[in-house]
Amino acid sequence: MDARAGYTFLLPWLLGFIALTVGPMISSLYLSFTNYNLFEPPKWIGLDNYITLFQDERFLQSVGVTVGYVVFGTPLKLAAALAVAMLLNSKRRGQGFYRSAFYAPSLIGASVSIAIVWKAMFGDSGPVDQGLSFFGINLGGWVGNPTMTMPMFILLTVWQFGAPMVIFLAGLKQIPNELYEAASMDGAGPVRKFFNITWPMLSPVIFFNLLMETIHAFQIFASAFIISNGEGGPAGSTLFYTLYLYLRGFSDFRMGYASAMAWLLVIVVGIITLIFFKTSKSWVHYSGDSK
Amino acid sequence: MTTMATPTQSAPETGAPVYNPKSESVGAKRAKSTVFHLAALVLTGIVLYPGLWMIASAFKPNSEIGGGNTSLWSENFSLDNFVTALDGIGGVSTMQFFTNSLILALGAVVGTILSASVSAYAFARIKFPGRSVFFGMMIATLLLPFHVVIIPQYIIFQQLGLVDTYIPLLIGKFLAADAFFVFLMVQFMRGLPAELDEAARIDGAGHVRIFGSIMLPLMKPALISTSIFSFIWSWNDFLGPLLYLNTPEKYPLPLALRLFQDQTQSSDYGAMIAMSVLALLPVLIFFLIFQRYIVEGVSTQGLKG
Repeated sequence: MDARAGYTFLLPWLLGFIALTVGPMISSLYLSFTNYNLFEPPKWIGLDNYITLFQDERFLQSVGVTVGYVVFGTPLKLAAALAVAMLLNSKRRGQGFYRSAFYAPSLIGASVSIAIVWKAMFGDSGPVDQGLSFFGINLGGWVGNPTMTMPMFILLTVWQFGAPMVIFLAGLKQIPNELYEAASMDGAGPVRKFFNITWPMLSPVIFFNLLMETIHAFQIFASAFIISNGEGGPAGSTLFYTLYLYLRGFSDFRMGYASAMAWLLVIVVGIITLIFFKTSKSWVHYSGDSK
Repeated sequence: MTTMATPTQSAPETGAPVYNPKSESVGAKRAKSTVFHLAALVLTGIVLYPGLWMIASAFKPNSEIGGGNTSLWSENFSLDNFVTALDGIGGVSTMQFFTNSLILALGAVVGTILSASVSAYAFARIKFPGRSVFFGMMIATLLLPFHVVIIPQYIIFQQLGLVDTYIPLLIGKFLAADAFFVFLMVQFMRGLPAELDEAARIDGAGHVRIFGSIMLPLMKPALISTSIFSFIWSWNDFLGPLLYLNTPEKYPLPLALRLFQDQTQSSDYGAMIAMSVLALLPVLIFFLIFQRYIVEGVSTQGLKG
Protein backbone atom coordinates (compact mmCIF):
# COMPACT_ATOMS: atom_id res chain seq x y z
CA MET A 1 0.00 0.00 0.00
CA ASP A 2 1.35 3.31 -1.05
CA ALA A 3 -1.41 5.81 -0.43
CA ARG A 4 0.62 8.97 -0.86
CA ALA A 5 2.14 8.04 -4.19
CA GLY A 6 -1.15 6.58 -5.36
CA TYR A 7 -3.19 9.68 -4.76
CA THR A 8 -0.45 11.95 -6.06
CA PHE A 9 -0.40 10.17 -9.38
CA LEU A 10 -4.16 9.92 -9.43
CA LEU A 11 -4.56 13.64 -8.73
CA PRO A 12 -5.33 14.85 -12.28
CA TRP A 13 -8.07 12.29 -12.78
CA LEU A 14 -9.39 12.70 -9.24
CA LEU A 15 -9.63 16.48 -9.59
CA GLY A 16 -11.39 16.14 -12.92
CA PHE A 17 -13.69 13.46 -11.56
CA ILE A 18 -14.76 15.64 -8.63
CA ALA A 19 -14.84 19.03 -10.33
CA LEU A 20 -16.08 18.05 -13.79
CA THR A 21 -18.19 14.96 -13.18
CA VAL A 22 -19.43 14.32 -9.62
CA GLY A 23 -19.87 17.98 -8.66
CA PRO A 24 -21.76 18.89 -11.83
CA MET A 25 -23.86 15.73 -11.60
CA ILE A 26 -25.00 16.63 -8.11
CA SER A 27 -25.70 20.21 -9.06
CA SER A 28 -27.63 19.24 -12.16
CA LEU A 29 -29.71 16.91 -10.02
CA TYR A 30 -30.45 19.87 -7.76
CA LEU A 31 -31.13 22.15 -10.72
CA SER A 32 -33.56 19.65 -12.16
CA PHE A 33 -35.86 20.45 -9.24
CA THR A 34 -35.65 24.19 -9.85
CA ASN A 35 -36.53 26.89 -12.25
CA TYR A 36 -33.28 28.47 -13.35
CA ASN A 37 -32.53 30.81 -16.23
CA LEU A 38 -28.88 31.61 -15.47
CA PHE A 39 -29.63 35.21 -14.48
CA GLU A 40 -31.83 34.88 -11.42
CA PRO A 41 -31.14 32.48 -8.56
CA PRO A 42 -32.66 28.99 -8.97
CA LYS A 43 -36.17 28.63 -7.58
CA TRP A 44 -37.15 25.29 -6.04
CA ILE A 45 -40.19 23.84 -7.77
CA GLY A 46 -39.99 20.21 -6.70
CA LEU A 47 -40.93 17.68 -9.35
CA ASP A 48 -42.57 20.22 -11.65
CA ASN A 49 -39.94 19.92 -14.37
CA TYR A 50 -40.33 16.18 -14.53
CA ILE A 51 -44.11 16.42 -14.56
CA THR A 52 -44.07 19.10 -17.26
CA LEU A 53 -41.73 16.98 -19.36
CA PHE A 54 -44.32 14.28 -19.78
CA GLN A 55 -46.89 16.81 -20.91
CA ASP A 56 -44.47 18.50 -23.30
CA GLU A 57 -45.28 17.31 -26.81
CA ARG A 58 -41.92 18.37 -28.18
CA PHE A 59 -40.20 16.36 -25.47
CA LEU A 60 -42.29 13.28 -26.21
CA GLN A 61 -41.54 13.74 -29.86
CA SER A 62 -37.80 13.94 -29.16
CA VAL A 63 -38.06 10.70 -27.19
CA GLY A 64 -39.85 9.07 -30.11
CA VAL A 65 -37.28 10.27 -32.62
CA THR A 66 -34.35 9.12 -30.51
CA VAL A 67 -35.83 5.75 -29.61
CA GLY A 68 -36.66 5.12 -33.27
CA TYR A 69 -33.11 5.95 -34.21
CA VAL A 70 -31.58 3.74 -31.52
CA VAL A 71 -33.93 0.80 -32.07
CA PHE A 72 -33.55 0.68 -35.84
CA GLY A 73 -30.16 2.23 -36.42
CA THR A 74 -28.07 0.28 -33.92
CA PRO A 75 -29.14 -3.28 -34.84
CA LEU A 76 -28.86 -2.49 -38.55
CA LYS A 77 -25.41 -1.02 -38.07
CA LEU A 78 -24.26 -4.03 -36.05
CA ALA A 79 -25.80 -6.48 -38.53
CA ALA A 80 -23.91 -4.76 -41.34
CA ALA A 81 -20.75 -4.77 -39.24
CA LEU A 82 -21.03 -8.47 -38.48
CA ALA A 83 -21.92 -9.46 -42.04
CA VAL A 84 -19.00 -7.56 -43.52
CA ALA A 85 -16.63 -8.81 -40.81
CA MET A 86 -17.57 -12.38 -41.71
CA LEU A 87 -17.03 -11.63 -45.37
CA LEU A 88 -13.60 -10.21 -44.63
CA ASN A 89 -12.60 -12.93 -42.18
CA SER A 90 -10.49 -14.97 -44.56
CA LYS A 91 -6.91 -14.90 -45.61
CA ARG A 92 -7.25 -13.13 -48.91
CA ARG A 93 -5.30 -10.43 -50.60
CA GLY A 94 -6.59 -6.92 -50.13
CA GLN A 95 -8.16 -7.67 -46.78
CA GLY A 96 -6.21 -4.88 -45.10
CA PHE A 97 -7.28 -2.41 -47.75
CA TYR A 98 -10.96 -3.27 -47.44
CA ARG A 99 -10.77 -3.12 -43.68
CA SER A 100 -9.29 0.38 -43.78
CA ALA A 101 -11.70 1.59 -46.45
CA PHE A 102 -14.71 0.36 -44.49
CA TYR A 103 -13.39 1.81 -41.28
CA ALA A 104 -12.80 5.32 -42.65
CA PRO A 105 -16.43 6.56 -42.29
CA SER A 106 -16.38 5.80 -38.57
CA LEU A 107 -13.62 8.32 -38.12
CA ILE A 108 -15.41 11.19 -39.84
CA GLY A 109 -19.09 10.22 -39.71
CA ALA A 110 -20.01 12.37 -36.71
CA SER A 111 -18.28 15.48 -38.04
CA VAL A 112 -19.95 18.65 -39.24
CA SER A 113 -18.38 18.18 -42.67
CA ILE A 114 -20.11 14.87 -43.22
CA ALA A 115 -23.40 16.26 -41.94
CA ILE A 116 -23.15 18.96 -44.59
CA VAL A 117 -22.34 16.38 -47.25
CA TRP A 118 -25.23 14.19 -46.12
CA LYS A 119 -27.58 17.11 -46.29
CA ALA A 120 -26.45 17.90 -49.83
CA MET A 121 -26.55 14.27 -50.94
CA PHE A 122 -30.05 13.67 -49.62
CA GLY A 123 -31.38 17.09 -50.56
CA ASP A 124 -33.66 17.97 -53.45
CA SER A 125 -32.20 16.61 -56.69
CA GLY A 126 -29.13 15.49 -54.79
CA PRO A 127 -27.34 12.37 -56.01
CA VAL A 128 -29.42 10.02 -53.83
CA ASP A 129 -32.73 11.26 -55.18
CA GLN A 130 -31.26 11.23 -58.65
CA GLY A 131 -29.88 7.74 -58.29
CA LEU A 132 -33.21 6.41 -57.04
CA SER A 133 -35.09 8.11 -59.88
CA PHE A 134 -32.95 6.07 -62.20
CA PHE A 135 -34.65 3.00 -60.76
CA GLY A 136 -38.03 4.64 -61.02
CA ILE A 137 -38.25 5.62 -57.35
CA ASN A 138 -39.13 9.27 -56.99
CA LEU A 139 -38.94 10.35 -53.39
CA GLY A 140 -37.72 13.89 -53.86
CA GLY A 141 -35.39 15.37 -51.28
CA TRP A 142 -35.16 13.39 -48.04
CA VAL A 143 -34.05 16.36 -45.96
CA GLY A 144 -37.33 18.22 -46.28
CA ASN A 145 -39.57 15.18 -46.01
CA PRO A 146 -40.54 14.29 -42.41
CA THR A 147 -40.99 10.61 -43.20
CA MET A 148 -37.62 10.29 -44.91
CA THR A 149 -35.38 12.09 -42.42
CA MET A 150 -35.20 9.10 -40.09
CA PRO A 151 -34.07 6.67 -42.81
CA MET A 152 -31.49 9.28 -43.76
CA PHE A 153 -30.07 9.35 -40.23
CA ILE A 154 -30.19 5.57 -40.00
CA LEU A 155 -28.21 5.34 -43.23
CA LEU A 156 -25.72 7.79 -41.75
CA THR A 157 -25.14 5.56 -38.74
CA VAL A 158 -25.15 2.32 -40.75
CA TRP A 159 -22.55 3.90 -43.03
CA GLN A 160 -20.30 4.02 -39.97
CA PHE A 161 -20.38 0.26 -39.47
CA GLY A 162 -16.59 0.11 -39.75
CA ALA A 163 -15.69 0.58 -36.08
CA PRO A 164 -17.81 -2.30 -34.77
CA MET A 165 -16.81 -4.32 -37.84
CA VAL A 166 -13.13 -4.05 -36.96
CA ILE A 167 -13.90 -5.17 -33.42
CA PHE A 168 -15.98 -8.11 -34.74
CA LEU A 169 -13.16 -9.04 -37.07
CA ALA A 170 -10.71 -9.20 -34.17
CA GLY A 171 -13.20 -11.42 -32.33
CA LEU A 172 -13.74 -13.72 -35.30
CA LYS A 173 -10.01 -14.30 -35.59
CA GLN A 174 -10.01 -15.68 -32.05
CA ILE A 175 -12.44 -18.48 -32.90
CA PRO A 176 -10.42 -21.66 -33.43
CA ASN A 177 -10.76 -23.02 -36.93
CA GLU A 178 -10.97 -26.58 -35.60
CA LEU A 179 -14.49 -25.89 -34.40
CA TYR A 180 -15.66 -25.19 -37.93
CA GLU A 181 -13.76 -28.16 -39.29
CA ALA A 182 -15.33 -30.47 -36.76
CA ALA A 183 -18.76 -29.06 -37.58
CA SER A 184 -18.18 -29.61 -41.30
CA MET A 185 -17.22 -33.16 -40.54
CA ASP A 186 -20.54 -33.58 -38.78
CA GLY A 187 -22.28 -32.20 -41.83
CA ALA A 188 -23.27 -28.80 -40.47
CA GLY A 189 -24.12 -26.14 -43.04
CA PRO A 190 -23.21 -22.45 -42.87
CA VAL A 191 -26.41 -21.49 -41.02
CA ARG A 192 -25.88 -24.04 -38.28
CA LYS A 193 -22.22 -23.10 -38.04
CA PHE A 194 -23.21 -19.49 -37.58
CA PHE A 195 -25.75 -20.14 -34.82
CA ASN A 196 -23.84 -22.89 -33.05
CA ILE A 197 -20.28 -21.62 -33.32
CA THR A 198 -19.91 -18.04 -34.52
CA TRP A 199 -22.72 -16.47 -32.50
CA PRO A 200 -21.89 -18.04 -29.10
CA MET A 201 -18.13 -17.66 -29.54
CA LEU A 202 -18.54 -14.05 -30.56
CA SER A 203 -21.20 -13.20 -27.99
CA PRO A 204 -18.90 -11.22 -25.65
CA VAL A 205 -17.88 -9.01 -28.58
CA ILE A 206 -21.49 -8.69 -29.75
CA PHE A 207 -22.44 -7.66 -26.24
CA PHE A 208 -19.66 -5.07 -26.05
CA ASN A 209 -20.56 -3.57 -29.42
CA LEU A 210 -24.28 -3.57 -28.68
CA LEU A 211 -23.81 -1.80 -25.36
CA MET A 212 -21.38 0.81 -26.64
CA GLU A 213 -23.25 1.52 -29.86
CA THR A 214 -26.59 1.84 -28.07
CA ILE A 215 -25.27 4.29 -25.51
CA HIS A 216 -23.48 6.15 -28.26
CA ALA A 217 -26.60 6.36 -30.43
CA PHE A 218 -28.55 8.14 -27.70
CA GLN A 219 -26.05 10.96 -27.85
CA ILE A 220 -26.17 11.88 -31.53
CA PHE A 221 -25.94 15.65 -31.77
CA ALA A 222 -23.76 17.38 -34.36
CA SER A 223 -25.32 15.69 -37.40
CA ALA A 224 -28.84 16.42 -36.19
CA PHE A 225 -27.95 20.02 -35.41
CA ILE A 226 -26.34 20.68 -38.80
CA ILE A 227 -28.83 18.83 -40.97
CA SER A 228 -31.82 20.54 -39.36
CA ASN A 229 -30.16 23.96 -38.96
CA GLY A 230 -30.38 23.53 -35.20
CA GLU A 231 -34.17 23.32 -35.25
CA GLY A 232 -35.01 19.63 -35.36
CA GLY A 233 -37.24 20.05 -38.39
CA PRO A 234 -39.03 19.33 -40.65
CA ALA A 235 -42.05 18.85 -38.41
CA GLY A 236 -39.82 17.87 -35.50
CA SER A 237 -38.73 14.70 -37.30
CA THR A 238 -35.06 15.27 -36.42
CA LEU A 239 -35.61 16.63 -32.95
CA PHE A 240 -33.20 14.25 -31.26
CA TYR A 241 -33.12 14.16 -27.47
CA THR A 242 -29.81 15.93 -27.10
CA LEU A 243 -30.82 18.58 -29.61
CA TYR A 244 -33.98 19.35 -27.65
CA LEU A 245 -31.95 19.39 -24.44
CA TYR A 246 -29.56 21.87 -26.01
CA LEU A 247 -32.37 24.08 -27.29
CA ARG A 248 -34.11 24.12 -23.91
CA GLY A 249 -30.93 24.82 -21.99
CA PHE A 250 -28.98 27.13 -24.22
CA SER A 251 -31.54 28.78 -26.44
CA ASP A 252 -34.45 29.16 -24.02
CA PHE A 253 -32.14 29.23 -20.96
CA ARG A 254 -34.39 26.84 -19.11
CA MET A 255 -31.48 25.24 -17.32
CA GLY A 256 -33.60 23.45 -14.71
CA TYR A 257 -35.78 21.87 -17.36
CA ALA A 258 -32.76 20.83 -19.42
CA SER A 259 -31.14 19.35 -16.30
CA ALA A 260 -34.22 17.25 -15.71
CA MET A 261 -33.90 16.02 -19.28
CA ALA A 262 -30.24 15.23 -18.74
CA TRP A 263 -31.00 13.23 -15.61
CA LEU A 264 -33.77 11.30 -17.31
CA LEU A 265 -31.27 10.38 -20.02
CA VAL A 266 -28.79 9.16 -17.41
CA ILE A 267 -31.48 7.10 -15.71
CA VAL A 268 -32.65 5.58 -18.98
CA VAL A 269 -29.13 4.77 -20.12
CA GLY A 270 -28.43 3.32 -16.69
CA ILE A 271 -31.50 1.10 -16.84
CA ILE A 272 -30.64 -0.06 -20.35
CA THR A 273 -27.09 -0.89 -19.26
CA LEU A 274 -28.47 -2.83 -16.31
CA ILE A 275 -30.91 -4.75 -18.49
CA PHE A 276 -28.14 -5.54 -20.93
CA PHE A 277 -25.93 -6.90 -18.18
CA LYS A 278 -28.76 -8.86 -16.55
CA THR A 279 -29.94 -10.48 -19.75
CA SER A 280 -26.39 -11.05 -20.97
CA LYS A 281 -26.05 -14.04 -18.66
CA SER A 282 -28.43 -16.01 -20.84
CA TRP A 283 -26.73 -15.41 -24.16
CA VAL A 284 -23.19 -14.17 -23.60
CA HIS A 285 -20.67 -16.94 -23.15
CA TYR A 286 -17.30 -16.23 -21.69
CA SER A 287 -14.94 -19.10 -22.28
CA GLY A 288 -12.81 -19.81 -19.25
CA ASP A 289 -9.38 -18.77 -20.48
CA SER A 290 -9.93 -15.84 -22.85
CA LYS A 291 -10.88 -13.07 -20.38
CA MET B 1 -1.53 -14.60 -30.75
CA THR B 2 -0.14 -16.86 -33.43
CA THR B 3 -2.88 -18.67 -35.24
CA MET B 4 -0.85 -21.40 -36.83
CA ALA B 5 -2.82 -24.06 -38.58
CA THR B 6 -2.38 -27.41 -36.94
CA PRO B 7 -0.30 -29.65 -39.20
CA THR B 8 -2.31 -32.36 -40.82
CA GLN B 9 -1.12 -35.62 -39.40
CA SER B 10 -2.45 -37.80 -42.16
CA ALA B 11 -0.11 -36.35 -44.78
CA PRO B 12 2.38 -38.98 -45.82
CA GLU B 13 6.00 -37.98 -46.12
CA THR B 14 6.39 -38.85 -49.75
CA GLY B 15 6.13 -35.29 -50.94
CA ALA B 16 3.90 -36.40 -53.78
CA PRO B 17 0.60 -34.55 -53.96
CA VAL B 18 -2.07 -36.56 -52.25
CA TYR B 19 -5.63 -36.39 -53.35
CA ASN B 20 -7.67 -34.80 -50.63
CA PRO B 21 -11.39 -34.96 -51.26
CA LYS B 22 -12.05 -32.01 -48.94
CA SER B 23 -9.74 -29.55 -50.66
CA GLU B 24 -11.40 -27.58 -53.39
CA SER B 25 -10.27 -27.55 -56.97
CA VAL B 26 -8.21 -24.62 -58.22
CA GLY B 27 -11.10 -23.46 -60.34
CA ALA B 28 -13.57 -23.41 -57.46
CA LYS B 29 -11.09 -21.53 -55.32
CA ARG B 30 -10.56 -18.94 -57.98
CA ALA B 31 -14.31 -18.51 -58.45
CA LYS B 32 -14.76 -18.03 -54.71
CA SER B 33 -12.01 -15.49 -54.63
CA THR B 34 -13.58 -13.60 -57.54
CA VAL B 35 -16.93 -13.49 -55.80
CA PHE B 36 -15.25 -12.25 -52.63
CA HIS B 37 -13.43 -9.45 -54.43
CA LEU B 38 -16.49 -8.52 -56.42
CA ALA B 39 -18.61 -8.22 -53.28
CA ALA B 40 -15.88 -6.37 -51.41
CA LEU B 41 -15.30 -3.95 -54.28
CA VAL B 42 -18.99 -3.17 -54.71
CA LEU B 43 -19.19 -2.52 -51.01
CA THR B 44 -16.09 -0.34 -51.13
CA GLY B 45 -17.71 1.67 -53.88
CA ILE B 46 -20.84 2.25 -51.81
CA VAL B 47 -18.94 3.07 -48.64
CA LEU B 48 -16.53 5.44 -50.31
CA TYR B 49 -19.12 7.11 -52.55
CA PRO B 50 -20.08 9.90 -50.12
CA GLY B 51 -16.44 10.78 -49.60
CA LEU B 52 -15.65 10.73 -53.29
CA TRP B 53 -18.79 12.70 -54.05
CA MET B 54 -17.71 15.28 -51.50
CA ILE B 55 -14.27 15.63 -52.99
CA ALA B 56 -15.57 15.75 -56.57
CA SER B 57 -18.23 18.29 -55.67
CA ALA B 58 -15.67 20.52 -54.06
CA PHE B 59 -14.13 20.97 -57.49
CA LYS B 60 -17.39 21.36 -59.38
CA PRO B 61 -19.29 24.54 -60.20
CA ASN B 62 -22.48 25.00 -58.18
CA SER B 63 -24.70 24.30 -61.14
CA GLU B 64 -23.40 20.74 -61.32
CA ILE B 65 -23.78 19.85 -57.65
CA GLY B 66 -27.49 20.38 -57.09
CA GLY B 67 -28.60 19.77 -60.64
CA GLY B 68 -29.27 16.08 -60.26
CA ASN B 69 -25.76 14.95 -60.91
CA THR B 70 -24.67 11.60 -59.55
CA SER B 71 -21.49 11.50 -61.56
CA LEU B 72 -18.16 11.98 -59.88
CA TRP B 73 -16.64 13.45 -63.01
CA SER B 74 -17.06 16.89 -64.48
CA GLU B 75 -15.69 18.73 -67.48
CA ASN B 76 -15.56 21.87 -65.42
CA PHE B 77 -13.39 20.95 -62.47
CA SER B 78 -11.86 24.06 -60.96
CA LEU B 79 -10.41 25.40 -57.77
CA ASP B 80 -12.93 28.24 -57.55
CA ASN B 81 -14.78 26.73 -54.59
CA PHE B 82 -11.59 26.47 -52.62
CA VAL B 83 -10.72 30.08 -53.39
CA THR B 84 -14.11 31.13 -52.03
CA ALA B 85 -13.80 28.79 -49.06
CA LEU B 86 -10.37 30.12 -48.12
CA ASP B 87 -11.75 33.65 -47.97
CA GLY B 88 -13.47 32.65 -44.78
CA ILE B 89 -16.66 34.05 -43.27
CA GLY B 90 -17.62 37.15 -41.40
CA GLY B 91 -14.24 38.78 -41.90
CA VAL B 92 -12.34 35.84 -40.45
CA SER B 93 -10.08 33.92 -42.78
CA THR B 94 -10.28 30.16 -43.01
CA MET B 95 -6.62 29.98 -42.01
CA GLN B 96 -7.61 31.52 -38.70
CA PHE B 97 -10.23 28.81 -38.15
CA PHE B 98 -7.63 26.25 -39.06
CA THR B 99 -5.19 27.66 -36.54
CA ASN B 100 -7.89 27.67 -33.86
CA SER B 101 -8.73 24.04 -34.54
CA LEU B 102 -5.06 23.17 -34.41
CA ILE B 103 -4.51 24.94 -31.08
CA LEU B 104 -7.48 23.13 -29.56
CA ALA B 105 -6.48 19.75 -30.95
CA LEU B 106 -2.83 20.01 -29.93
CA GLY B 107 -3.87 21.25 -26.51
CA ALA B 108 -6.15 18.23 -26.22
CA VAL B 109 -3.34 15.86 -27.18
CA VAL B 110 -0.82 17.34 -24.73
CA GLY B 111 -3.33 17.51 -21.90
CA THR B 112 -4.64 14.00 -22.44
CA ILE B 113 -1.19 12.42 -22.73
CA LEU B 114 0.04 14.09 -19.55
CA SER B 115 -2.98 13.55 -17.36
CA ALA B 116 -4.13 10.15 -18.61
CA SER B 117 -0.69 8.53 -18.42
CA VAL B 118 -0.05 9.70 -14.85
CA SER B 119 -3.50 8.66 -13.67
CA ALA B 120 -3.27 5.34 -15.47
CA TYR B 121 0.04 4.65 -13.73
CA ALA B 122 -1.68 5.07 -10.38
CA PHE B 123 -4.43 2.64 -11.36
CA ALA B 124 -2.15 0.09 -12.94
CA ARG B 125 0.98 0.11 -10.82
CA ILE B 126 0.44 1.59 -7.36
CA LYS B 127 -1.46 -0.20 -4.62
CA PHE B 128 -3.44 2.27 -2.54
CA PRO B 129 -6.65 2.17 -0.53
CA GLY B 130 -9.68 3.00 -2.62
CA ARG B 131 -8.05 2.09 -5.90
CA SER B 132 -10.62 -0.43 -7.03
CA VAL B 133 -13.49 1.82 -6.03
CA PHE B 134 -12.11 4.70 -8.07
CA PHE B 135 -11.33 2.37 -10.93
CA GLY B 136 -14.94 1.22 -10.97
CA MET B 137 -16.10 4.83 -10.98
CA MET B 138 -13.77 5.60 -13.84
CA ILE B 139 -15.28 2.74 -15.84
CA ALA B 140 -18.77 4.00 -14.98
CA THR B 141 -17.98 7.41 -16.44
CA LEU B 142 -17.26 5.67 -19.73
CA LEU B 143 -20.94 4.85 -19.95
CA LEU B 144 -22.22 8.13 -18.58
CA PRO B 145 -23.92 10.44 -21.10
CA PHE B 146 -21.89 13.61 -20.75
CA HIS B 147 -24.99 15.75 -21.27
CA VAL B 148 -25.68 15.40 -17.58
CA VAL B 149 -22.70 17.59 -16.78
CA ILE B 150 -22.77 20.21 -19.52
CA ILE B 151 -25.28 22.52 -17.88
CA PRO B 152 -23.59 22.83 -14.47
CA GLN B 153 -20.20 22.99 -16.17
CA TYR B 154 -21.44 25.82 -18.30
CA ILE B 155 -22.78 27.63 -15.25
CA ILE B 156 -19.47 27.27 -13.42
CA PHE B 157 -17.40 28.52 -16.34
CA GLN B 158 -19.83 31.33 -16.92
CA GLN B 159 -19.53 32.46 -13.32
CA LEU B 160 -15.75 32.28 -13.56
CA GLY B 161 -15.90 34.50 -16.63
CA LEU B 162 -14.32 31.81 -18.79
CA VAL B 163 -16.99 31.57 -21.46
CA ASP B 164 -15.58 32.49 -24.88
CA THR B 165 -12.12 31.25 -23.92
CA TYR B 166 -10.50 27.91 -24.69
CA ILE B 167 -10.15 27.02 -21.02
CA PRO B 168 -13.50 25.20 -20.67
CA LEU B 169 -12.65 23.18 -23.77
CA LEU B 170 -9.16 22.24 -22.63
CA ILE B 171 -9.27 21.92 -18.86
CA GLY B 172 -10.99 18.55 -19.01
CA LYS B 173 -8.18 17.21 -21.18
CA PHE B 174 -5.61 18.17 -18.56
CA LEU B 175 -7.73 16.47 -15.89
CA ALA B 176 -8.07 13.14 -17.70
CA ALA B 177 -11.79 13.67 -18.21
CA ASP B 178 -11.78 11.39 -21.26
CA ALA B 179 -11.84 8.25 -19.15
CA PHE B 180 -11.46 6.23 -22.28
CA PHE B 181 -7.80 7.08 -22.62
CA VAL B 182 -7.09 6.38 -18.96
CA PHE B 183 -8.70 2.98 -19.39
CA LEU B 184 -6.72 2.30 -22.56
CA MET B 185 -3.43 3.12 -20.83
CA VAL B 186 -4.28 1.11 -17.72
CA GLN B 187 -4.96 -1.90 -19.92
CA PHE B 188 -1.70 -1.36 -21.74
CA MET B 189 0.37 -0.96 -18.57
CA ARG B 190 -1.15 -4.07 -17.04
CA GLY B 191 0.26 -5.95 -19.98
CA LEU B 192 3.80 -4.89 -19.12
CA PRO B 193 5.75 -7.32 -16.92
CA ALA B 194 5.69 -6.47 -13.21
CA GLU B 195 9.32 -7.57 -12.86
CA LEU B 196 10.33 -4.30 -14.49
CA ASP B 197 9.08 -2.22 -11.57
CA GLU B 198 10.32 -4.69 -9.00
CA ALA B 199 13.83 -4.65 -10.40
CA ALA B 200 13.81 -0.87 -10.53
CA ARG B 201 12.50 -0.66 -6.98
CA ILE B 202 15.32 -2.91 -5.74
CA ASP B 203 17.70 -0.51 -7.42
CA GLY B 204 16.14 2.22 -5.32
CA ALA B 205 13.99 3.91 -7.93
CA GLY B 206 10.83 5.66 -6.77
CA HIS B 207 7.52 5.88 -8.61
CA VAL B 208 8.51 9.03 -10.45
CA ARG B 209 11.61 7.33 -11.86
CA ILE B 210 9.76 4.11 -12.67
CA PHE B 211 7.00 6.02 -14.41
CA GLY B 212 9.28 8.39 -16.28
CA SER B 213 12.11 6.16 -17.35
CA ILE B 214 10.53 2.71 -17.57
CA MET B 215 6.79 2.97 -18.18
CA LEU B 216 6.57 5.98 -20.47
CA PRO B 217 9.08 4.71 -23.05
CA LEU B 218 7.40 1.31 -23.14
CA MET B 219 3.97 2.84 -23.53
CA LYS B 220 4.73 4.36 -26.89
CA PRO B 221 2.02 2.43 -28.79
CA ALA B 222 -0.66 3.45 -26.30
CA LEU B 223 0.58 7.04 -26.34
CA ILE B 224 0.43 7.13 -30.13
CA SER B 225 -3.12 5.74 -30.23
CA THR B 226 -4.15 8.25 -27.60
CA SER B 227 -2.58 11.13 -29.49
CA ILE B 228 -4.22 10.19 -32.77
CA PHE B 229 -7.67 9.72 -31.30
CA SER B 230 -7.63 12.70 -28.98
CA PHE B 231 -6.49 14.86 -31.89
CA ILE B 232 -9.26 13.65 -34.18
CA TRP B 233 -11.97 13.83 -31.52
CA SER B 234 -11.02 17.35 -30.61
CA TRP B 235 -10.74 18.31 -34.29
CA ASN B 236 -14.27 17.06 -34.97
CA ASP B 237 -15.82 18.28 -31.71
CA PHE B 238 -18.84 20.46 -32.27
CA LEU B 239 -20.88 20.63 -29.08
CA GLY B 240 -18.06 21.96 -26.86
CA PRO B 241 -17.15 24.92 -29.07
CA LEU B 242 -20.84 25.54 -29.80
CA LEU B 243 -21.51 25.94 -26.08
CA TYR B 244 -18.51 28.00 -25.12
CA LEU B 245 -17.35 30.15 -28.02
CA ASN B 246 -19.16 33.28 -29.16
CA THR B 247 -16.66 35.27 -31.18
CA PRO B 248 -16.02 34.04 -34.74
CA GLU B 249 -12.31 34.90 -34.40
CA LYS B 250 -12.04 32.06 -31.89
CA TYR B 251 -14.08 29.50 -33.81
CA PRO B 252 -12.59 26.17 -34.79
CA LEU B 253 -13.53 24.73 -38.19
CA PRO B 254 -16.75 22.86 -37.26
CA LEU B 255 -18.27 26.05 -35.88
CA ALA B 256 -17.00 28.01 -38.86
CA LEU B 257 -18.74 25.53 -41.13
CA ARG B 258 -21.95 26.00 -39.27
CA LEU B 259 -21.60 29.78 -39.58
CA PHE B 260 -20.93 29.37 -43.26
CA GLN B 261 -24.02 27.23 -43.62
CA ASP B 262 -26.14 29.81 -41.82
CA GLN B 263 -24.87 32.72 -43.85
CA THR B 264 -24.94 31.27 -47.32
CA GLN B 265 -28.29 29.54 -46.75
CA SER B 266 -27.24 26.67 -48.99
CA SER B 267 -26.84 28.97 -51.99
CA ASP B 268 -23.14 28.28 -52.40
CA TYR B 269 -22.99 24.53 -51.92
CA GLY B 270 -19.71 24.27 -53.79
CA ALA B 271 -17.81 26.54 -51.43
CA MET B 272 -19.42 24.94 -48.41
CA ILE B 273 -18.40 21.47 -49.52
CA ALA B 274 -14.91 22.71 -50.37
CA MET B 275 -14.65 24.00 -46.84
CA SER B 276 -15.94 20.68 -45.49
CA VAL B 277 -13.17 18.97 -47.41
CA LEU B 278 -10.60 21.36 -45.98
CA ALA B 279 -11.94 20.73 -42.50
CA LEU B 280 -11.58 16.97 -42.92
CA LEU B 281 -8.22 17.12 -44.65
CA PRO B 282 -6.05 16.70 -41.53
CA VAL B 283 -8.16 13.76 -40.38
CA LEU B 284 -7.89 12.11 -43.78
CA ILE B 285 -4.14 12.68 -43.92
CA PHE B 286 -3.80 11.29 -40.41
CA PHE B 287 -5.80 8.28 -41.47
CA LEU B 288 -3.73 7.63 -44.57
CA ILE B 289 -0.48 7.81 -42.61
CA PHE B 290 -1.58 5.95 -39.49
CA GLN B 291 -4.31 3.69 -40.86
CA ARG B 292 -2.60 0.54 -39.65
CA TYR B 293 -2.24 2.03 -36.22
CA ILE B 294 -5.76 3.37 -36.09
CA VAL B 295 -7.42 0.18 -37.25
CA GLU B 296 -5.24 -1.98 -35.00
CA GLY B 297 -6.01 0.36 -32.15
CA VAL B 298 -9.71 -0.09 -32.71
CA SER B 299 -9.52 -3.85 -32.94
CA THR B 300 -7.33 -4.36 -29.89
CA GLN B 301 -8.64 -1.63 -27.63
CA GLY B 302 -12.19 -1.27 -28.79
CA LEU B 303 -11.67 2.39 -29.57
CA LYS B 304 -14.59 4.19 -31.11
CA GLY B 305 -14.35 6.14 -34.28
